Amino acid sequence: MAEQADQPSVLSVSGLDVTFRTLRGEVKAVSDVSFTLKRGEVLALVGESGSGKSVSTRAVMGIVRGNASISAKRMQLAGHDLLTLDEDAKRKLRGRVISLVFQDALSALNPVLSIGDQLGELYRTHLGISKKEARERSIELLRAVRIASADRRIDDFPHQFSGGMRQRILIALAIALKPEVLIADEPTTALDVTVQAQILDLLDELREELGMAMLLITHDLGVVARTAERVAVMYAGRIVETGAVDDIFRAPAHPYTAALMASAPRIETVEKLEPIRGAPPSLIALPPGCAFHPRCARRGELCDKVRPELVAGPNGRSHACHYPLVEIAHG
Amino acid sequence: MAEPILAARGLSKTFRAGGALFGKPFHAVKDVSLAVAPGETLSVVGESGCGKSTLARMLVGLETPDEGEILFRGAPIRRDKALRRQVQMVFQDPYLSLNPRRTVLDIIAEPLDVHGLAKGAARRQRVEELLDSVGLDPAAATRFPHEFSGGQRQRIGIARALAAEPSVLVCDEPVSALDVSVQAQVVNLLIDLQKRLEIAIIFIAHDLAVVRAISSRVMVMYLGRAVEMGAADQVLVTPSHPYTVALRGSALEPDPARARLARGTAARGEPPNPVDPPPGCRFNPRCPRATDICRGEEPLLTPRPGTTAVACYHPVGREQLVGA
Repeated sequence: MAEQADQPSVLSVSGLDVTFRTLRGEVKAVSDVSFTLKRGEVLALVGESGSGKSVSTRAVMGIVRGNASISAKRMQLAGHDLLTLDEDAKRKLRGRVISLVFQDALSALNPVLSIGDQLGELYRTHLGISKKEARERSIELLRAVRIASADRRIDDFPHQFSGGMRQRILIALAIALKPEVLIADEPTTALDVTVQAQILDLLDELREELGMAMLLITHDLGVVARTAERVAVMYAGRIVETGAVDDIFRAPAHPYTAALMASAPRIETVEKLEPIRGAPPSLIALPPGCAFHPRCARRGELCDKVRPELVAGPNGRSHACHYPLVEIAHG
Repeated sequence: MAEPILAARGLSKTFRAGGALFGKPFHAVKDVSLAVAPGETLSVVGESGCGKSTLARMLVGLETPDEGEILFRGAPIRRDKALRRQVQMVFQDPYLSLNPRRTVLDIIAEPLDVHGLAKGAARRQRVEELLDSVGLDPAAATRFPHEFSGGQRQRIGIARALAAEPSVLVCDEPVSALDVSVQAQVVNLLIDLQKRLEIAIIFIAHDLAVVRAISSRVMVMYLGRAVEMGAADQVLVTPSHPYTVALRGSALEPDPARARLARGTAARGEPPNPVDPPPGCRFNPRCPRATDICRGEEPLLTPRPGTTAVACYHPVGREQLVGA
């Protein structure tokens, strides 16, 4: 996206490591992850379960569970240095500057509070406005996420809404304070097909209206294709390939990206699906060298010995592979 | 079509929402008929609440239909255990559908025990054969479900379903809980098994792309009714019922150009509460083509020569789909 190339970055992370201590050993959930998000753009973090995509963004939000150790070389959010900021200051950024839409709308909402109370509480805490004004703002917010008869539904409880409507309410909570960065963690995974498309459309419209940047976490290449401009593919806690969505879908460089695409079924054509053999590795005992090598069809001499570094090429593309499908560093 | 091995005629099932006594009755499945031939896969597609899982449960005998009958090679199944054996089920969640306290051997051998098919060494041998046929190491027999990944557990579920040597496999969303790369493994396994064993498969799903990979024919359900049925390519690539068109437009494909075209075209609204279906065609409140007739008499699934059967007064023609 040409116009976004000049935009300043609103979120910039480099060298992020997240390690969990467990009874069975240290789990390196995220290793040396770096990415930047420019104002107004959509970056997708895509990967299978256990790839570290959710943990990375939770580390940025500062909401990883207690037994984790997090370190990074750099973590900048809209002019704030997240590495030096104290807990109190970070809390103030959440909601106002960076915000998160969770996956499961039923468990993320409080079942015993009305929607109006939950939205109103947010306004009263952060903006210190009156109950009446908070209520009015909440109704406006419900309208913004296209909930019909918002002025009547404001007093309803979460269970009185359908799954799609609850997801809209979660989005309303996340955008209430007009954040600059919205993290959407599998925002449509639990929804029906037609509703899924509606929610993606809504996120897209809101992003444009509010000028937010969006970090989209998903396992679904179809969601990436529809919504994102850039994509970072994660495997076993590391980014293995990044670039513009069009470039990567046209010609993936990393064999894992290519294999993921070949395993995804399509409607227009019936080709035999090509699954990736085996299963994602355990993060406690990662294979030596490239973590993908035991499943890789292009495995060569180096792959089980030397871990490939992420190599940057032109057009913001990079990959971590000794034997890539496309040579991007020179071309 | 070849002689059907399993057929259902006019199946209906009513549940009561909010209690068996005072709840309001609603049709989970209403007047649905289908047939599958050996070696064929019929997929049943629809969103939550469309009745596809209830339909699957009736076909394997986990629910009793209120109306209609299920025929195996033309004979009503009812309570006949020998006929029941011929129709087996693969469940959606490989984490919940395997008993965590039993070994893989005992899990897979359960149908053998129930139907008295094998004992002792023969039982063990049969389980090892089954494990091998679903691509697992026969040594897995002595292990427990938690030692396996999601994809491997689904293979165990398939091996269990195959143990009774069924002619029909009913698979209820068998890959929706799995990672993409693993999904393809399980889909390919089902396709291979079908070729090898000449079984018929009824594949329940909400993901059109997965359905396309495995199906010969597709039935689309909406709020308990079949709304479109026909050859997989016709239903999925050139759909006729406005609901199928909406599903198709909402499907997320790993193709950026195509996917961006679909932005902003999502179907309106959500499936209504099945307790209070709208009068007439159940899709009419969400349908861009609805007219007065659609709010009157409910349209019935009507066969059309050379194309899909559709329950709609205003089916979408081929010409209108170009560029959509």
